[in-house]
Amino acid sequence: MNDIISEKKLKVIGTSPDRPDGVPKLTGTAQYGADHSLPGMLWAKVLRSPHAHARLLKIDYTKALALPGVKGIITSADLPEQKFDYLGPERVAQNFWHMTRNILAREKVLYEGHAIAAVAATTSAIADAALKLIVVDYEILPHVIDVEEAMADNAPLLFEDMITRGVTPPPTKASNISKRIQFQLGDPDSAFKTAEEIVEMHFKTAPVHQGYIEPHACLARADQDGQAEVWSSSQGHFVIRTMTAKLLGMKTGDLRCHASEIGGAFGGKTVVYLEPLAVALSRKTGHPVKITMTREEVFKASGPTSGASMTIKIGVMRDGTLVAAEGIFKYQAGAFPGSPVMNGCMCGFAPYDIANARTIGYDVVCNRPKAVAYRAPGSPISAFAVESTMDMVAKRIGMDPIQLRLKNIAKIGTPLLWGAKHGHAGFAETLQALQKHPHYQSPLGKNQGRGVAVGYWFNGGGESSCTVNVNEDGTVVVATGSPDIGGSRASTAQMAAETLGIAYEGVRPIIADTNSVGYTQATGGSRVTFATGMTVINACKKIIAEMCLRAAKIWKIESENVIWEDGSARPAGKRAGEFPPLTFKEIAAKRTATGGPIVASDSVNAEGQAPGFSAQFCDVEVDPETGAVKIVRYVAAQDVGRAIHPKYCEGQITGGVVQGIGWALNEEYIYNSAGRLENAGFLDYRMPVASDIPMIEAILVEVPNPNHPYGVKGVAEANIVPPMAAIANAVHGATGRRLTDLPMSPPKVLAALDA
Amino acid sequence: MMSEMRFESPQTLEAAVALLSGHNGITKILAGGTDLLIQMRGGRVEPTLLVDVKSIPELTSISQNNGAFRLGAAVNAMQMSEHEAFAQSWPGLTEAAMLIGSYQIKSRATVGGNLCNASPAADSVPALIAAGAIATIMGPQGIREQKVEDIATGPGKNSLAKGEIVLYFTLPPRAPHSADAYLRFIPRTEMDIAVVGAGINLTLNDKGICIEARVCIGAVAEKALLVKEAAAALIGSTCDESALEKMGAAVSAACRPIDDKRGTKAYRIKVSSVMARRAATIALNRARRTH
Amino acid sequence: MSKQHVTTQINGNSVEFLCETRQTLLEVLRDELHLTGTKEGCGTGDCGACTVTVDSKMVCSCLFLGVEAEGKSIQTIEGMAQGDKLHVLQRKFTEHAALQCGICTPGMLIAAQTLLERNPDPTEEQTRYWLSGNLCRCTGYNQIIHAVLDAAKELRGAKS
Repeated sequence: MNDIISEKKLKVIGTSPDRPDGVPKLTGTAQYGADHSLPGMLWAKVLRSPHAHARLLKIDYTKALALPGVKGIITSADLPEQKFDYLGPERVAQNFWHMTRNILAREKVLYEGHAIAAVAATTSAIADAALKLIVVDYEILPHVIDVEEAMADNAPLLFEDMITRGVTPPPTKASNISKRIQFQLGDPDSAFKTAEEIVEMHFKTAPVHQGYIEPHACLARADQDGQAEVWSSSQGHFVIRTMTAKLLGMKTGDLRCHASEIGGAFGGKTVVYLEPLAVALSRKTGHPVKITMTREEVFKASGPTSGASMTIKIGVMRDGTLVAAEGIFKYQAGAFPGSPVMNGCMCGFAPYDIANARTIGYDVVCNRPKAVAYRAPGSPISAFAVESTMDMVAKRIGMDPIQLRLKNIAKIGTPLLWGAKHGHAGFAETLQALQKHPHYQSPLGKNQGRGVAVGYWFNGGGESSCTVNVNEDGTVVVATGSPDIGGSRASTAQMAAETLGIAYEGVRPIIADTNSVGYTQATGGSRVTFATGMTVINACKKIIAEMCLRAAKIWKIESENVIWEDGSARPAGKRAGEFPPLTFKEIAAKRTATGGPIVASDSVNAEGQAPGFSAQFCDVEVDPETGAVKIVRYVAAQDVGRAIHPKYCEGQITGGVVQGIGWALNEEYIYNSAGRLENAGFLDYRMPVASDIPMIEAILVEVPNPNHPYGVKGVAEANIVPPMAAIANAVHGATGRRLTDLPMSPPKVLAALDA
Repeated sequence: MMSEMRFESPQTLEAAVALLSGHNGITKILAGGTDLLIQMRGGRVEPTLLVDVKSIPELTSISQNNGAFRLGAAVNAMQMSEHEAFAQSWPGLTEAAMLIGSYQIKSRATVGGNLCNASPAADSVPALIAAGAIATIMGPQGIREQKVEDIATGPGKNSLAKGEIVLYFTLPPRAPHSADAYLRFIPRTEMDIAVVGAGINLTLNDKGICIEARVCIGAVAEKALLVKEAAAALIGSTCDESALEKMGAAVSAACRPIDDKRGTKAYRIKVSSVMARRAATIALNRARRTH
Repeated sequence: MSKQHVTTQINGNSVEFLCETRQTLLEVLRDELHLTGTKEGCGTGDCGACTVTVDSKMVCSCLFLGVEAEGKSIQTIEGMAQGDKLHVLQRKFTEHAALQCGICTPGMLIAAQTLLERNPDPTEEQTRYWLSGNLCRCTGYNQIIHAVLDAAKELRGAKS
C-alpha cells in the first residue's frame, strides 16, 4: 500500500475527463432531493415556532386534521424519547436526546423556526392551510442570541439543568456553557515572559450558512410491516438511515435510504431534519410523503456554522521565532450543544511550530438554529483570529508575512497541541509556491492592500465500501456508498480505470443505496477521494487477482505464473511467452466458462490521511467614501497531494475561496430584538454573485501522501480557512485599519475609517 | 383555507378599471409581479382578484410626443434599455430601472410597479422624481395627473384610490445641455436593495452654469425625498467641487433614515451625500456632452 | 379550488395544462408537467435556479404565474439539447468542470444561452454581470465564466 505509483506511469490520473454524471445534470434529468415523486404521494409542511424561546404548553391540531385533504399530523408525541448520552468521538459527538428535540420540539422551542408539528395533505396548499389551523399555546421566555451574553451570569438558560462538561470540579450552577476544553503544549505562561514582542487581540465572527442552492428535500414511503424507503438529498444516506431509524425506533435494516443527486451541502446535509418526519407521516397515513424546505426554512431551521468571540495572544522574538501562543475561543452552538469549537482549538495554531501554546474553548448554547458542519468546521473561525494576529506580529517586527510563516512552519515531527506529531510534508512547499507567484511582489494601486493567510484542516479517512462488477463486454460498474457532491464519481472512476488498466470510459461509477453496498460514512471531511478511493483501488486489485486466475484457467497453467501488466494478463515465470496476453475484455467475455461472475467488494476504515494546507494572498481595494471592499486579485495555493482530476481540484479551491470571501465581507445572520431572523433569504443574506469577484487563481501543489496508493490528500476544505484573515489583512494594508469583527461589511469598514 | 383568486387579463383600460372598481375583495394589479408574487408567497397579501395589465397597449409602450416621452407604467426595465431614443434621452432613469434585480427580474420589473409597491428603497423612483415625471392615472372618476413624488406616501402605501391605475409617466422634453444620472450603494455589485440611492437631473446653460436641477434620494426616509436645498446648491454654479460639497451636505441634512438590516442611520446619512455627489458628476458630464 | 385552463408552447411542443391561479410557472413545470429540470432555490427571484425563457426573454419561473403562460412560448433546460446532440454550452460546461453539484446548472445554462443570443462576443465582465442573478455556491464562478466565453468563441467560429 505504501508504494506510491510514480507519476510517469499514470495514464488516467492527472487528466481532467468529463464527469460520468455530467449529462443528466446538464439536461435536467438528474433527480435531486425535490425531484422524486410517487403515485398517491402526499405533501407535507412543517409548523415552526415564531418565538426564539418559549415553553410549549399545548398543541391542538384537531381543526387542522379536520380540514379536507389533510391525511395526518405528527408532533414530538409521535416519536420515542431518546437517552441522554453523548455518542462517538468528542470532536463530533452526537446526543439523540438533543437530536429528537431538534427535529420536533418537546418541552420548549429554542429558536425561531424550531419545528413543532408536521402535516401531510393531498396538496401543498392544503398542508399550508392546515398549519394555520394548529393552535399552539406558548409561554414566551427571555431569549439570548449573542455568545458573550449567553455566557453571562444572568443569561436566560436554554436548559435549566445544563452543567458545563470538562471542568473539575463540576460547577454547581447551570449555565449555557455546554463544555469547556483545553489543550496545552509546553509552558506558555513562562514562555510569554521571554518574548520580545507580544500581540494580543480580540475578534468576533458572525454565524454563516453553508448556502447550498438546493433546499433540504426528501420523499419517504413506509410499509405496514415496518419497512420504509427514503430518497433524500444528503451527504450520507447511511447517516440518514442510522439517525432516522434510531429516532423512529426502527430496525436499521428495515430502512432503505437512497442518495438523490445533491444540490450542494458543504457540511450542512450531514444531519436529519425532514427524513424522520416524512417516514413517520408515511407510516401514519399509508401514503408516500414528500417534504421540501423553503429557503426561509433553510435559513431559520437548518444549521449554520458558529459565530464566535475570541482572544489571541502571540509572543515572538524579533528574528521572527514564535515562542508562545494562547487562544480563547467561545463558539455559539445554537440551540443544542455541539459547536465545532474543539476543531477551532486544534486547528488555529496547527500550521506552526510553537513549543509553548494553549487553547481554551467554550461550547455555548443560544437561541439560534443548531450549528452544523460547514467546510473545515471550526477552523476558519479560529484561523481568522490567529492569522489576523500573525499579520500584526509580522508588521510589529517588520517581517514579510510569508517569511514569518515559513520561519515557523510545522514540519514532519513537529508536536501538535493535542499530543500527536505532524506526519506530513507539504506546508512549506505550499507557502513557497505562493511566495514565488509573480504577483506577490507586484505594485499596488491607490487604496489597495495585500494580505496573506494560511489554513489547516485535519482531512478525514474513515469507513467506505464498494463493489466492483465486471461486465461481459469488459466494462465495469463501481458501486460506492459515497454521495457525489462535487465530482467524486469522476475521481473514483479515474482511480478504478488506472488500477485496472482500462479506459476511463469503461468505468461506470454509481452510488448504491444503503441496502446494496457496505456501510459508508458521509461525503465530508475531504474524505471521499482518499478513503472511498482507497476501497475502490483495493477492490480493483482483487479484480485483477481474479482476472489472473481466470487467465490461468483459460491457459490451463498455474496461477502464480500469471502477471497483470498494462491492462492484460500475461504468462510469466517459467511460462513467460507461452501465450499471447489476454486483455481485460477478453477475460471478461469468458466469465461464464471460467467460474461465473467477476465481482469484488471491499471495505476500509481508512487511516493515514494527510492534513490539508492552503496558503493564500489577496489584493483588495477599499472605497474610502463608502467602505466597500473590492477583491482585485486572489491567489490560493493548496497542497493537494496528487491531483486526480486537476480541474475539479481547482474547482474545490476556487469555490472554497469564494465562500470565504462571502464570509469575510457580507454574510451574517441579522436578528431583531425579538430574536427573529430578519434576513432569511438570498436577498439580504448576501452570498457572492458572479460580478463580485475576479478569477480566483488556484495553484495546485503536489506533495503526495505516502499513505495512499495515488498520493491523495483531501482537497475540499482547507481552502475556506484562510480567506477571512487574508482579506482583513489586505484591508489593513489598504487603510491602516484593523477589522476584527466579521463580516467586514461597508458600514463597519466606513466606521473604522472614520474612527 | 385560502379563498379563490380570480385572474383576469383585460385588453383595454376601460375593462381594467371596471374590473378593479367593481370587485368587492382584495384586488391587486399584476404588472411584472416581482414584488407581488413574493408577497403572495409569503402570505402577506392574499388577493381575491388579480388583474394582469400587460395586455393593455397604453401601459406597455414607450412613445414620444413633441420631444416628451410617454413611458407606459407596465414597461419593463429591459424594454426601456432596449429603446435607444428613450435610453439616450433619460440615461439616469434607464440605469435606475436596470439596477432592479437580475436580468431575469429586469425582464419583468416595471417602473409603475416599482412606484406603486412604494418601497422607500425603490431604485427607479428617485430617478423618476428627479426627472420631473408626471403620472397619468385612470380611475372610476376618469383620468387625472399627479406628480410622481406625491404617489408613494410611506412603506407599502400609495395615494391611489380604489379602482385607480397608473397608465403612464410623462417626462418633460429634454432641454439642451441637460441630463440625468442615478447611483445607489449596495454591499454587493448586483442583486441587493439600495442602501441609499440618489437621482439627479440637471440643465446647464451655454456657459456651463446650472440653471435647473432636481435631486432626489432614496432609502433614507419613509419615501424618496426631493431635496430642494440640494438642487439650490447646484443652481447658479458650475457644479464645481464646492457646489457639489454643499449639495452633498444638503442631501445628508435631509435624510431621516432608520437602522435596519441593510444599513445604519449614520452610514446612510454619510453615503447619501457620496452617492449624490458622484451621480451629479455623471449627470454633469453627460449634460456637457449633449447639445 | 377550480383550475384554469392554459394553452402554451413548451420546448416547441403545444402543451395544455390546468392550474390554480396562484400557482407559479415553476410549480406548474415541476409538479404538474414533471419537468423537474427547472429547480427551486429560493422562490423569491434571488438565485436564478428556476430560470426559463418566456418568448425568448429570461425570467425566474418562481415569479411568473402559470396562468400568465397563456399563448406564450416557454423554453426550459429540457429543451436545450437537440435530440442526441448537446448544446455547445452544455458541452463546454462539462469540459470546463463548470458544475460541481449541478443544481444551479439548468438556470445558469438558460441564462448563458440568452446572453449569447444577444451578444455573441461578451467580455468577462459582461458575462459576470449577466449571470449575477444566478447564484452558484460550489465553483466560485471561474469555470462557469470560462465555459460561457469558450462556448461563445466556438459559436462565433461556427458562424464565420
